[in-house]
Amino acid sequence: MNTLPGPLNDNPRLDLWVSFPEAGKVAVNTGRVELGQGVLTAMAQIAADELDVAMTRVTVRSGATDHMPNEGYTAGSQSIQFGGLAMGQACADVRALFLDSAAKVLGCSADELSVRDGKFLRNGAATGQDYWTLAGAVDLAVNASGQAKRKAAADLTFVGRSSARTDLPAKLFGEPVFIHDMRLAGMKHARVVRQPNRAATIGTIDVDAIRRAAKGPISFVRSGDFLAIVGDDEHAVELAGAAAVNHVTWEHVETPTPLQQEANWLLQRPVVDRLLGSPEPVDAQGKQRFEATYSRGYLAHASISPSCGLAEFRDGHLTVWTHCQGVFPLRGALARMLKLEAKAITVHHVQGSGCYGHNGADDAAADAAVIALQMPGTPIRVRWRREEEFIHEPKSPAMLVKVRALVDAAGKPADWTAEIWSGNHNGRPGGGNALLAGYALPDQEPFPQAGEVPEAVGGGATRNADPLYDIADKRIIHHMVTETPVRVSALRGLGAMPNVFALECAIDELAERAGVDPVAYRLSIVSDPRARAVIEHVAAMAKWQANAPGGDGRGRGIAFARYKNRAAYSAVVVDLEVDDEIRLRHVWCATDAGLAVNPDGAINQLEGGIIQSASWVLKEQVRLDNGPASLDWDSYPVLKFSEVPEIAVALINPTQSDMPLGVGEATAGPTAAAIGNAVSHALGSRIRDLPLTRERIMTSLLK
Amino acid sequence: MAAFQFTVNGKPVSVALDNEETPLLDVLRNELGLMGTRFGCGLEQCGCCMVLIDGQPEKCCTKPTWSVAGKHVTTVEGLGSPERPHPLQQAFIDEQAGQCGYCLSGILISAKALLEKNPSPTRSQIALALDGNICRCGSHNRILRAVEKAAAVMLGDV
Repeated sequence: MNTLPGPLNDNPRLDLWVSFPEAGKVAVNTGRVELGQGVLTAMAQIAADELDVAMTRVTVRSGATDHMPNEGYTAGSQSIQFGGLAMGQACADVRALFLDSAAKVLGCSADELSVRDGKFLRNGAATGQDYWTLAGAVDLAVNASGQAKRKAAADLTFVGRSSARTDLPAKLFGEPVFIHDMRLAGMKHARVVRQPNRAATIGTIDVDAIRRAAKGPISFVRSGDFLAIVGDDEHAVELAGAAAVNHVTWEHVETPTPLQQEANWLLQRPVVDRLLGSPEPVDAQGKQRFEATYSRGYLAHASISPSCGLAEFRDGHLTVWTHCQGVFPLRGALARMLKLEAKAITVHHVQGSGCYGHNGADDAAADAAVIALQMPGTPIRVRWRREEEFIHEPKSPAMLVKVRALVDAAGKPADWTAEIWSGNHNGRPGGGNALLAGYALPDQEPFPQAGEVPEAVGGGATRNADPLYDIADKRIIHHMVTETPVRVSALRGLGAMPNVFALECAIDELAERAGVDPVAYRLSIVSDPRARAVIEHVAAMAKWQANAPGGDGRGRGIAFARYKNRAAYSAVVVDLEVDDEIRLRHVWCATDAGLAVNPDGAINQLEGGIIQSASWVLKEQVRLDNGPASLDWDSYPVLKFSEVPEIAVALINPTQSDMPLGVGEATAGPTAAAIGNAVSHALGSRIRDLPLTRERIMTSLLK
Repeated sequence: MAAFQFTVNGKPVSVALDNEETPLLDVLRNELGLMGTRFGCGLEQCGCCMVLIDGQPEKCCTKPTWSVAGKHVTTVEGLGSPERPHPLQQAFIDEQAGQCGYCLSGILISAKALLEKNPSPTRSQIALALDGNICRCGSHNRILRAVEKAAAVMLGDV
């Protein structure tokens, strides 16, 4: 039986993971890329521990299609839980091979040897051998055996202790670390004149007007309905790109209306239906019925930097630089779109700003590649305009969730249904979907209807719709809406945020009907000890007062989820005030992430998830008004410094687990629901539709 | 073509431009090779491009280069270096204040301007001073703590 961790099983050759490039240095490769979440630091901690070297000796290389493990996407809070497991095992296997080699050279048993900062000691004494003296003798072009034993938690030096982020100083000193800062010799800047929608075709192009607006030399590249502006001077190209919006006309333009921005527009649309679980009982079996409908609109990733991509086509080989989450899937999609063999393409990851999912990164890289192919030998840099990013990045789908429960005599749910309407959360190019340029280029193969993210990896629209509570019978009815008014794909947590919002608000509503305090009610229906621990811990942190009176404009709410029902457990309590708008005062969070590799890094991710979720809940919805109406930070506002609450996060590990659980998306759902519950507590009436705008608060107050 | 002289981080520079409206941000990044000042929106909304112009914090993504002729521009590269970090940069490292880091250059500049005007700001004064800077990763509280810490260091309280 093969026991290798998944990514190591997929990429078993050890030299893909570890090398000793020069004396005193270790290089490890990970297929996971740095998105601002600190993954490179965590991987260095894991490698340093398993190889017994100082962290400063370790360089972590990541995200390239040459000589790197293929780990698919850096997504789903899986980098440490799975990628870190693979890294650790690969390093442990490498250490074991070196120990065997050292034992042969020294004529002793490997059991007599230990490693200290890369040097091999025999019964504690120096041997003169180290990784670098033996590097020539140990062949790492072999498959991992998975036989080497990982270190016990008690023997870890770096893992489990907070480590400063290795990538942060360069960013604070303004070094050119981002893809936006790359400049290649002979490089030209480019902007794309975007199709307003995928069916749109170019009508007329007022070339003279665009040239005048550029106030500098530019040229045009066109292929079908793909039109780009290229030049040496970035400002001229930017001006031309902005002006082209008004000087190119399009046929077959669609103009989505405000009605379409709302989640209830999804009802009565064409759907693909699934039932996960047993059929819903028709008869209430003598129990009380509960039903409520919750919703959320479309959300933008709204990365702080617009997407950027570079490409160069030279001697028949295409090299692409991108800040996307999956270099291998992007390479596959580029090969298909450009009709090149995958081996004729190399894709490198370079850091961009935080993406939180599938934003415009892949598409900007594809734009650059299309132009580069038409201009062999000239490196091309495409940087989207801010408006372009807001309009064309894939959005997180609007979702509408109906919760139906049958409640027993004790007020507890005995039967649970989550009925979900949502677009697809899986618009990534690797799934066979088009890169944006692909809709504009001629002679493209038809794109298959994208399937939703499989349940085996946590599902998409169904993610976290299955309550972790002790409920005898439960099911999910999933209506996947096949056509949406905006392009949709993966955003932090996928369906987890709207599903946990629905589920945990419904639990509060059931608690209220039962006349039981929300914390006590949850504890009465959950037996998973790790779930109980985070709920109890956060209640203690927040000094939760059972049955505190509400309705006076000050409210407190709690919510809980285990992300994907398989990653970290998080419980969140929110204190807030409401008059005509909501002011967050304090957030407490208790999370069980098992063995946190870099505790401060994990806390940073959990805090970030809390703030981003608060921003989604209080402010964010993509607006449509005879076309896209969320175009910039004024028309798509996000939470500001003065609006951010105090946050306290505690990491607990009640079972002393030595397995890490992914944290990156763990707080998004519980935070949303805790805010919803706190607002209900403050107002004495419930708002079930997100975002919690001033209009919705006023409507609720007038009820 | 018109030429403009100004100083960047204390060094005199002369820039010749075909289009004298070219924003200072483009000149810093594309003509002078100073990539620390970032492009975020080109609309003066997000604060990624914040620089000091004669000591005042200003977004420079739409600021015509002619308008800074004869003035003193300070960018994040002018704050400190890995060898001699500015107290703000050191405090941001100490507090691990950042995730992706794209917004941090502008935030450091806004914070520097604040501390020059108000050496011991309250947390809410810091927050208000940073409201012109967007952080999308949610590092806000760490950033606020870092600015408080830097203020204390600069006052000699630590």
